[in-house]
Amino acid sequence: MRAGLFLGCTVPVRAQNYEASLRRIAPGLGIDVVDLTGAGCCGYPVQSVSRSAALVMAARNLAIARRQDLDVVVLCSACGGSLKEAAHLLDADGRLREETNRALEGEGLSYEPGSRVRHVAEVLVHEVGIERIRAAVTRPLAGIRVAVHYGCHYLRPREIHAPGEDPEAPSTLDELVRATGAESLDYAGRLGCCGGGILGIDEQTALAITRRKLDAVAGADAVVVVCPFCSVMLEGNQKRIEKAAGREYKLPVVYYPQLLGLAMGFGADDLGFSQNRIKAAELLSRAGA
Amino acid sequence: MVRSLTEDGHIVRSNIRVEKDPTIRATDLDPAFTDEVRAEPGGAQIDRCIACGRCTASCPVQAVNPSFDPRRIVRSAILGLAGEVLASDFVWLCAGCYACRERCPQGVLVTDLMVALRNIAVRRGIVHPSFRAQIAELRKYGRLYEVGPFGKKRVKIGLPPLEDDPAPLRRIFALSGIDDLVPPVEGKT
Repeated sequence: MRAGLFLGCTVPVRAQNYEASLRRIAPGLGIDVVDLTGAGCCGYPVQSVSRSAALVMAARNLAIARRQDLDVVVLCSACGGSLKEAAHLLDADGRLREETNRALEGEGLSYEPGSRVRHVAEVLVHEVGIERIRAAVTRPLAGIRVAVHYGCHYLRPREIHAPGEDPEAPSTLDELVRATGAESLDYAGRLGCCGGGILGIDEQTALAITRRKLDAVAGADAVVVVCPFCSVMLEGNQKRIEKAAGREYKLPVVYYPQLLGLAMGFGADDLGFSQNRIKAAELLSRAGA
Repeated sequence: MVRSLTEDGHIVRSNIRVEKDPTIRATDLDPAFTDEVRAEPGGAQIDRCIACGRCTASCPVQAVNPSFDPRRIVRSAILGLAGEVLASDFVWLCAGCYACRERCPQGVLVTDLMVALRNIAVRRGIVHPSFRAQIAELRKYGRLYEVGPFGKKRVKIGLPPLEDDPAPLRRIFALSGIDDLVPPVEGKT
């Protein structure tokens, strides 16, 4: 399948390991990654200021994908939420579509109904399929125990996401982890937020939310995430939280394509592990990488 | 305990000024504000609220910072307490996790309501500094973060090159009203 890869703002700068690992594992899974020419910000950061302006930003990206005859695949769950919501709203409302397209005319772009946006994890589960992923695993991660962090915008709001996932009892990331041979741990608050949404508003409150998550998953071999902002909170801020909390987590945070890449036999360098800020040395050695 | 009221409506308990008098007076209510909220996308459903509190019970922000209370915000919006809603940090503290919206038994789109209230606040000139900063970055680079020095790093690890290109976004900001709501600051583009 061809995937129009939407990078957004955070991934290409602060989560290059996520992007690199996806590009590395994609060919072996039958995913043809194609870059979207000229795509920009998804609009999410502007929603709080002007919902209609954010909608134009999202629609612009969807129109770019359509011009290249591509479905959109996102790595960031917030980008996914913004683009999916835009398609959802614009498909249902012709007048809104007209208003939105007026702001895109200057660039010769236009949103046409029927855009398809999927998160990369949804592509892996629903299109590549668990069977094919299992078949691509050459080095099963037996004995490795990970905690999946779904993250809010991967699950909610329910009506904009692919059917088949119950946002109150999700299973897709657990299935993806099990396909690598690793164990997916159950823990209290697994649907909980990372706190990222208010990092810029109230740092103390945001980090207190992140800390609850870290406390709940402490002891796992790694946390598996599918959103760069969740990683910024759980990994990037982990040391600061350790200092404030007076306890050590030393919890590696890995993107799912990194985990799957290990199970597919790729090395740590292939998968961008040098950019993981909490070193996953033990995980890597146990994985045989 | 000694309780007394100050002139600006704050309660003084044992000589410490602790909270605003919670009495809601008819003169505080602004029906036009409620109508403004109802007219926003996601605002029309507020009248469904039965004040059950599931939103508050589901809220990860409330769990660590009890001053943030979604039910209180919904009720305040219904009552038209514009000052209460807009002048506090309330509307900015929502993490946008959608847990409340998912669980509301009445289909109140609480998360959308928070966005609606922020949009209304912005139109009245109340913009949280973090959003001003994000708009400024977007104006400068076309993305939240400058690719600049990271571009080299991308190529080094085999990722396709990427460049900053703010032009398309600047056009959208001009056409969609962002430049009026959060005007560019001279010298800072």
